[in-house]
Amino acid sequence: MSAAAVTFGDFVAEAERTGRLVVQPRMGFGDLERMRHGLVRTKEAEALTVGTLTLDSYTRTGDHEAARCALANGVKLNGYPIVARPDAETADLLRGVRDASFPVQVRHGSSLPEDIFRTLVGLDLEATEGGPVSYCLPYSRTPLREAVDCWVRSTELLAEMGETANPHIESFGGCMLGQLCPPGLLVAISLLEGLFFRQHGIRSISLSYAQQTCPTQDEEAVLALRSLAAEFLPDAQWHLVFYAYMGVYPRTAAGAARLMEQAARTAVRSGAARIIVKTEAEAHRIPTVEENVRALERTARAAALQATRPASAADPTDSETYTEARALVEAVLDLDTDVGRALPEAFERGLLDIPFCLHPANQGRARSRIDDGRLQWLTVGDMPIAHGPRRLSRGELTADTLLAMLHHVEQRYDTAS
Amino acid sequence: MPNSTPPRKRPTSVVSSTVSDSHTWNLVYMQLLLEEMGHDVVNLGACVPEKLLAEECLRHEPDLLVVSSVNGHGFNDGLRIASHVRSVAGLEHLCMVIGGKLSVDGVRDVGFTRRLLNAGFDAVFGDDELPAFRSFVEVCGLRVSA
Ligand code: B12
Repeated sequence: MSAAAVTFGDFVAEAERTGRLVVQPRMGFGDLERMRHGLVRTKEAEALTVGTLTLDSYTRTGDHEAARCALANGVKLNGYPIVARPDAETADLLRGVRDASFPVQVRHGSSLPEDIFRTLVGLDLEATEGGPVSYCLPYSRTPLREAVDCWVRSTELLAEMGETANPHIESFGGCMLGQLCPPGLLVAISLLEGLFFRQHGIRSISLSYAQQTCPTQDEEAVLALRSLAAEFLPDAQWHLVFYAYMGVYPRTAAGAARLMEQAARTAVRSGAARIIVKTEAEAHRIPTVEENVRALERTARAAALQATRPASAADPTDSETYTEARALVEAVLDLDTDVGRALPEAFERGLLDIPFCLHPANQGRARSRIDDGRLQWLTVGDMPIAHGPRRLSRGELTADTLLAMLHHVEQRYDTAS
Repeated sequence: MPNSTPPRKRPTSVVSSTVSDSHTWNLVYMQLLLEEMGHDVVNLGACVPEKLLAEECLRHEPDLLVVSSVNGHGFNDGLRIASHVRSVAGLEHLCMVIGGKLSVDGVRDVGFTRRLLNAGFDAVFGDDELPAFRSFVEVCGLRVSA
């Protein structure tokens, strides 16, 4: 390891040991100077931060020529084109910023990430994100088996960086389409992807969960994820990462700040080690560096005021979310102990079924609804979940009712005073 | 060009993302909206390459193509769509519109809108212009009571 003597996984583990929440932006710009400025300002922020390079959509979809073309013509990109840029430029970008006190993670959203992983290995960047399901269904039309094969190769490529590099992958399974997916399913996918990484040689892993409609339900979910991770990943270094709301965000600055602060409180209470923030610009456009810094500092302040949940509180395995997640995980592992083989089959059989997901691998028989603030199943399709009807009568969903569900959180936080 | 005689049967529309955009909630929403305006909708989903988009249009012969993009690359990707679709025999006159969050900075770039229109789109809508889109569909004679 040349650039960073402390790896991403070790950095977060150390912070967790000392009881400090690591705060991270979702930040990526096409422009080099802006990207550098963003990293520097993230590092200097009043918070225990790690850095992010979020990649643009052309790089995510493997169209590096389009990314190069955009750079050449001054077209603004929605992220940093790490493959299209010469490695020397990225190395310069990170020089003097990325160090033992500031690890950097690459966040992408690519169903076929081999080019990206190759570039990361070449640049000695050991920390990234994704998963064969969570970076396929929400991010592409790639057939799921093709994505799994590519994720096997890519994960193994990163694993070959070796023990001292401590390659780290975070599952995006706790987010999926960002909204309206009940927590049990998110927890299950996150855990299964963690297992997948472990089976392909990765020993430092994070499992994610994204804030949904109800703080107590979210807390339940993070606790369920922790119990399952402790059981299923006994021989890995792992931590939990909490994402601030990933669905339609409040439009007002005050609403956005309130939602972000709630995320910080839930993260601390439930014992997550790291949090990824959203800014007040989320509903409108790509946030500026300053907006990101404001969100990082606000989150750190809110986190510092929150105490963790008392150890004496209720048993984390005694919740609906835990029961659901566990049933889903077991049903998938029953198909095949090789997670990469089990996952596509599980989707084919509808044992996993993401509400409102248009990807061809998804059966689309499950539907969710918001009931008294909690995210619940309306129908479960063929998933091994006890409650809820299996089929839906036609015509219950209209454009307006969908929009109302999508805007439930936005409305609540934008109109609260 | 949009034609103003109301079609006898239910109109068909194709809803599609761009090649680089994977957002789909917008597509699900646009599908429901068009169905409620009496359309049969073919939803092509996320990350649709221009070639596939054109093939699907030739196959389904839609009365309307709705491109929806929110990832910020919509202007750039939209230009590629327009020049490809208009170059395909049989699609020169397909009524085709684009809308959503088309740039990364939240501003409606007038120059870019003009370029999209010049390149072959019949209309370009911002993310807050659903009423204008509804009227457009109506004026084209593509609304039937469901
Ligand atoms: C959910 C979400 C995701 C999910 C999407 C899952 C999925 N498969 O759909 C996930 C987490 C995977 C995701 C990923 C990304 N996202 Co996103 N996402 C969102 C989010 C939070 C909500 C979008 C949503 O669900 N809206 C609900 C639908 C119904 O509303 P809508 O999409 O806005 O569509 C409405 C209007 O735009 C309009 N409209 C849309 N199309 C059309 C077409 C016509 C003709 C008309 C008239 C109107 C119209 O009508 C719709 C109904 O009101 C938004 C921010 C927000 N709004 O809060 C960001 C956002 C859209 N994402 C963004 C980006 C950049 C990305 C990424 C590229 C990652 C990144 N760099 O940050 C990737 C996409 C990768 C890729 N290849 O494209 C940016 C886009 C920036 C911009 N345009 O300036 C946003 C605005 C966030 C931000 N501020 O940075 N995202």
